[in-house]
Amino acid sequence: MTPSDRDATGLLTRPDDFVQLVSPTGERRANADFDAWITDIDAAALGRLYRDMAIVRRLDTEATALQRQGELGLWPPLAGQEAAQIGSARALRDDDFAFSSYREHAVAWCRGVEPAELLTVWRGTASSGWNPFDRGMAVPQIIIGAQALHATGWAMGAAWEGSDAAAVAYFGDGATSEGDVNEALVFAASFDAPVVFFCQNNQWAISEPVGLQSKQHLARRADGFGMPGIRVDGNDVLAVLAATRIALDRARRGDGPTFIEAVTYRMGPHTTADDPKRYRTDDELADWRARDPLTRVLALLEASGVDVAGFERDVAAEADVAATELRAAVTTIPDPAPLSVFDHVYAEPNSHVDRQRDHYTRYLALFDDPDAAASGAAEGAAR
Amino acid sequence: MTTLTLAKALNAGLRRSLAGDDKVVLMGEDIGTLGGVFRVTDGLKAEFGANRVVDTPLSEAGIVGTAVGLAYRGFRPVVEIQFDGFIYPGFDQIVAQVAKLHYRSRGNVRMPITIRVPFGGGIGAAEHHSESPEAYFAHTAGLRVVACSNPADAYVMIQQAIASDDPVLFFEPKRRYHVKGEVDETASVADARPMGVATTITNGTDVTLVTYGALVQTARDAAIAAAEDGVSIEVIDLRSLAPVDYATVEASVRRTGRLVVTHEAGQQGGVGAEIAASITERCFEFLEAAPVRVTGHDIPYPPAKLERHHLPDLDRILDGVDRVLGRPNSLSGVEA
Ligand SMILES: Cc1ncc(C[n+]2csc(CCOP(=O)(O)OP(=O)(O)O)c2C)c(N)n1
Repeated sequence: MTPSDRDATGLLTRPDDFVQLVSPTGERRANADFDAWITDIDAAALGRLYRDMAIVRRLDTEATALQRQGELGLWPPLAGQEAAQIGSARALRDDDFAFSSYREHAVAWCRGVEPAELLTVWRGTASSGWNPFDRGMAVPQIIIGAQALHATGWAMGAAWEGSDAAAVAYFGDGATSEGDVNEALVFAASFDAPVVFFCQNNQWAISEPVGLQSKQHLARRADGFGMPGIRVDGNDVLAVLAATRIALDRARRGDGPTFIEAVTYRMGPHTTADDPKRYRTDDELADWRARDPLTRVLALLEASGVDVAGFERDVAAEADVAATELRAAVTTIPDPAPLSVFDHVYAEPNSHVDRQRDHYTRYLALFDDPDAAASGAAEGAAR
Repeated sequence: MTTLTLAKALNAGLRRSLAGDDKVVLMGEDIGTLGGVFRVTDGLKAEFGANRVVDTPLSEAGIVGTAVGLAYRGFRPVVEIQFDGFIYPGFDQIVAQVAKLHYRSRGNVRMPITIRVPFGGGIGAAEHHSESPEAYFAHTAGLRVVACSNPADAYVMIQQAIASDDPVLFFEPKRRYHVKGEVDETASVADARPMGVATTITNGTDVTLVTYGALVQTARDAAIAAAEDGVSIEVIDLRSLAPVDYATVEASVRRTGRLVVTHEAGQQGGVGAEIAASITERCFEFLEAAPVRVTGHDIPYPPAKLERHHLPDLDRILDGVDRVLGRPNSLSGVEA
């Protein structure tokens, strides 16, 4: 093993030195600082968090299957990260704003995004599925880390307007190496921006282990930028919820940004185009399977006297319905009209695009495609 | 001769450069253990070690910027940008640093950096995975910009790029990574056609059709289709976009009198605009018709289900050919 090999995997197997409120086997761990933030989470509320997680897991499985069946071009699975996403997103208010990357399907679920809205992008029919202002969630980002700056700018604006709304920026462990994320941390600290940096450390950036991005726990970086860092068990939905509430409360009070590192694991491939067997072991996978975010919640519910078997069955049935809806939604997403390629390039009329649209309309007409030609001409005439 | 895919030909070329010069280092995201998302660097880390084939943190500015420092130290870094659309975080380092250091240092500092970029569309990918950003770099003095189109060229050109003392933006047509061709792995690279020289793919007498990268194959198909229609097309694979081998293009246009340039990138300010203008300046009196560009539209790369309406295909190229020939075409009856 070369030195760089050793360094690259160094952080992967460190002890679990993070805040945990529910152990993998479902024992409730007391924590004076965090418990106060989740006193409202009774068995019913915990059940709702479980329901969210179980449904998004089922939707994720269905989307993966749809990709394998050729209905989606690509899918980035979230399996394993349900608690990190649900715990954080359920801490948000409607007027807060989430800026995410491509894997935050559970955040989108919490923001009320419909299956068809979620899937258009992955089916390849649109560049974005929903109106950000309807959902309080920005257009997801593929460029690694770019959204951290956008969240910071949004938060600066919110503060300047006297609002107590906050922004949350979701990104991965790999993203912390990008300039954009580091520049976002600088701006957020300098301007006391009400933003929560929510890093899902799922251990891998495609094939690269987190140790290649950082020599220390990511949460510790926060200190250097001048903001608190919290490291939580990202597979523990209660710990994540509490941490995010703490960070949002700081933001709302005008105390500025917080960096949260949610330690979790991506159980599946990076995307359906990836083969994780090339870079990680079955042992590692098994180790993380034992820390599943869902099973521990069921165990905790059982300990508090809930009829878990019945509950689990009901949720599974509900999740199946959601999956069926998802599948139906995919097939009803219409293919876009050819000339729509020219729509929305600019907000105002643009003679250059108009000319190209006009030309392409005439070109399509050569093929006796009356539909395309007619709609193109009509759109051109409207300009 | 061996039969290799374009991706494997690049792999073989990289291997030969790594073996031939221990100052050659490969750097990029996922290029080591995984072998790159397109497997172009497959097996090279195992063969040459983690200090020669380096998995980097996720930072394009970091990758290119540290390559600058390595070049100062005498290395010849070969960096991989995972996809075309991810080059922009490294753009500043490329255009403000890599391109200018030789000039700024009055020739004292060399930047023999090769920046490999899988480029172009047609693979049904997600956003930012199908772009053709070559014109930004062709516009920047100090950079050489090349694009390979077939396995044999890929094998030789990557070695030439690495051997060049100038920085080279090396564009790889990702849509053609799996296309196979004959590669002579024993041939001397020094004797091969320099990467700055264009190749005439098919000879023709009526129209000169200039292109590069993935569209070379499409242009060849168009020439075959046109021949059935009695039109003789000379297809030129440009290979080098900066500088352009105008000697080859000009000699062809002098014979055919007509020029069509096609590329996937948008039209405005693109490589095609540059070639059309230069050829018009150089041999106006030989032209029978105004040069025509057949390009991607000037739009952000569209969603996968629409990309076939964006990318030039055989029919759109033939429509452009009809235009230079004055035959009925998409713009017939329209004032240009
Ligand atoms: C600027 C940029 N560089 C490279 C990529 C290619 N890429 C897509 S996802 C990814 C890994 C991201 O890892 P991480 O930030 O940890 O997030 P995760 O996917 O694990 O959620 C890479 C390298 C990209 N999308 N954008």
